[in-house]
Amino acid sequence: MLRFILTRVSLVIPTFIGITLLAFFLIRLVPGDPIETMAGERGIDPVRHELLRKEFGFDKPILVQYGIYIGRVLHGDLGRSIVTQASVLEEFKTLFPATIELALCAIIFALLLGLPAGMLAAVKRNSIFDHGVMGISLAGYSMPIFWWGLILILLFSVQFDLTPVSGRIDVLYYIEPTTGFLLIDSLLSEDEGAFLSAVRHLILPTIVLGTVPLAVIARMTRSAMLEVMGEDYIRTAKAKGLSRLRIVTVHALRNALIPVVTVIGLQVGVLFTGAILTETIFSWPGVGKWMIDAIFRRDYPVLQGGVLLLGMVVMSVNLLVDLTYGLINPRIRHNR
Amino acid sequence: MALLEIENLSVAFPTQGGVMRAVEGVSLSLEKGEVLGVVGESGSGKSVTMLALMGLVPFPGRVTADKLSFNGRDLLTISDRDRRQLTGKDVAMIFQEPTTSLNPCFTIGFQLTETLRLHENMDRKTARRRAIELLEQVGIPSPEGRLSAFPHQLSGGMNQRVMIAMAISCNPKLLIADEPTTALDVTIQAQILDLLVTLQKERNMALVMITHDMGVIAETAKRIMVMYAGQVMEERAADDLFASPQHPYTAALLAALPEHSHGGRLATIPGVVPGLYDRPAGCLFSPRCAYATEHSRTVRPELRPWAGGQIRCHYPLGDPTREARLIADRPAVDTEVSS
Repeated sequence: MLRFILTRVSLVIPTFIGITLLAFFLIRLVPGDPIETMAGERGIDPVRHELLRKEFGFDKPILVQYGIYIGRVLHGDLGRSIVTQASVLEEFKTLFPATIELALCAIIFALLLGLPAGMLAAVKRNSIFDHGVMGISLAGYSMPIFWWGLILILLFSVQFDLTPVSGRIDVLYYIEPTTGFLLIDSLLSEDEGAFLSAVRHLILPTIVLGTVPLAVIARMTRSAMLEVMGEDYIRTAKAKGLSRLRIVTVHALRNALIPVVTVIGLQVGVLFTGAILTETIFSWPGVGKWMIDAIFRRDYPVLQGGVLLLGMVVMSVNLLVDLTYGLINPRIRHNR
Repeated sequence: MALLEIENLSVAFPTQGGVMRAVEGVSLSLEKGEVLGVVGESGSGKSVTMLALMGLVPFPGRVTADKLSFNGRDLLTISDRDRRQLTGKDVAMIFQEPTTSLNPCFTIGFQLTETLRLHENMDRKTARRRAIELLEQVGIPSPEGRLSAFPHQLSGGMNQRVMIAMAISCNPKLLIADEPTTALDVTIQAQILDLLVTLQKERNMALVMITHDMGVIAETAKRIMVMYAGQVMEERAADDLFASPQHPYTAALLAALPEHSHGGRLATIPGVVPGLYDRPAGCLFSPRCAYATEHSRTVRPELRPWAGGQIRCHYPLGDPTREARLIADRPAVDTEVSS
C-alpha cells in the first residue's frame, strides 16, 4: 500500500512541471502585460512603462523569469497579485472555500439523483422511466453550462422570483468567516434567515454545476448495473432467496460502484472547469471567478498560482479515488 | 406424494428469428432423498429446466407447464414472496463456475451467514457459529480464518465447497447441482462428488446432478434422465440404463465413452444438435440417428412410459417388434446422415 502511494505521489512531479510550464507560458502569449492593462485606455509613458517592467522583472529573458518563478514556488512562495498586492496563497485560501462549497453541493446533488436514477433505469430496463432518464441525461450532458445557467436564472429568478440571481448571501447579512463555508458559518451564527438565504443562493449554481456530473453518473451507474446484474453471483443471490431490493442495493451496487467511482474522480476536474463558468454567471466569489478576472487583468502570479493550486487539488482527489477502489473492491486491495 | 412433480414443462425464449424452445415437454417426478442425474450435451436444456424450477430463468424466457409442484406447493401460481422463502431454504442450487458464482466484493462469512440470517432468523453470533460448522462439514480447513477471506483468495475447489456449504445451510429438501465439477481439476472433481454424495446420504436430501459427464453420473445417480435439444429422450434407473440403453441417443452416448473404445478410435455421434432454424419436424434426434426412418423424420415421438421409466422414441432398442417395424418403415436411405 505504501509503495502504491509513493509511486502515485512520484507521478505528481512531471504533472507539476507540466502545469507550471503551461500556465506560465500560455498567459504570456496573450498580448499586453499587467502594467498596460492597469494603465488602461489612456496609455502609459514608455519610460515609466520600462521602469515598471524592470521593477516586476518582466525585462529579463523569459526562461530566467520561469526559473525564478519555479525557485520561489518550490520555497512555497506563489508571489503577490500585481493588482491587489495581496499574497496569492492568502487570496486562494479566502476564496477556495466558496468554490469547494459549491463543488461539494454539486457533486452531492449529482450523486443523490444520479445513483438512484441510474440504478432504477437499469432495474427497469427499456421502460419509459429508463428511456426518460437516459434522454434527459443526454440532454444534460450536451447542454452548455453558461446557457443552462442563464435559462435557469431567467426562469426561476426573473420569471418566478424564487431564487436570487447572484452572490452567496443577501447583502443584509454579515457572517464572520470562521470556516469559510457559508452554510456552516451561517448555521454557527444562529441567524436562521442568514442560513436560509445562503441555501437559496446555492440552489441554482448547484443545479447548473451538478448537471453534467449528474448526467455522467446516471448513465455510468446504469450501464455498470446492467453489466453486473447479468453476473453469476447475482444469480446466486437470487438462488439464495434474497429480496430484489437487497440484491440490487447490496450485491449489485457494490460491484457497480467501481466504474462509477472512477467517473466521479474524473468529474472533479470537470467540476472545477464548470465552476469557473458557473461562478462567473452567478457572481459567485470563488477561485473560478478570481482566475477569470486574473486573465483579464493579466495578473500573472494569480493565474499561475491559481492553476497550480487547482491542479494540485484535482491530482489529490484522483489519488484519493484510487485509494477508494481498495475499499470497494477487495481484489484491488490485495493485489497491491 | 413425490417431492418434485413436473409435467410438460417448456421454456421458450422469443428471439428475432422466432421462438427458441430451450426446454420442451419435460416431465419428471422425484422422491424425497432420491438422486437423479440429468445428462445431455451443451444446450440440451438441462440447466434451463432446473433454473425454471428455481424461478431463475433469465429474461425474456417464458416458462409454461401443466404441473410444477414442489413438496405439495404449486410453483406456477406461487407468489414471489412465498417463492423467495422456498428458494435457498428448501430448494438450493450450486453452479458450474464457483469463482464467479460468489460475489467478489463480500467475504465468505458474509455470504454464508446471509442465507442463515434470512431464512433461519439467526442473530449474528449464532449464524457465525453455524457458518463455521458448515465450512467444517464441507471439508474446509481452519474454517474460522476463512470466514474473513474473499472468494478470489480461495481456489476453485474451495469456492465450490463454500457454495455447497451455502446451499446446504438451511437443510434443503432438494439440492440441484448444475455441473458442479466441470470447472474444476480432475483431482478435485472426485472430492467434490464424494462430498455431495456424502452430504446427500447424511441429510437424506434429494439431489439433482446436472452434467455432461457420464462418468460423474454413473458414480452418483440412482436414476438418469437423458436430454437432447430441450427434450427428455430417456429416463430410467441408472443400472438399467447403463446395462441396456433403450434410446439410440443414449446408446450412442455410452458408445462414445472412452472406456468403450478398447484402444481404437473414439466413437462419435455424427452431425450437430439442431438449432433454431433446422429443427426437424419429426424426432429431434432423427438427423443423427442411425435408425431413422421416414416415419421418425416426420412424426415427433411422444414421451411415454417404457421399461420402468420414460422414453421418447418410435423404436426403443429393447422393443421386440422393433426390427419388423424398422424394415416396414424404412424405404428411405439415410441421406441426411451421409450428407
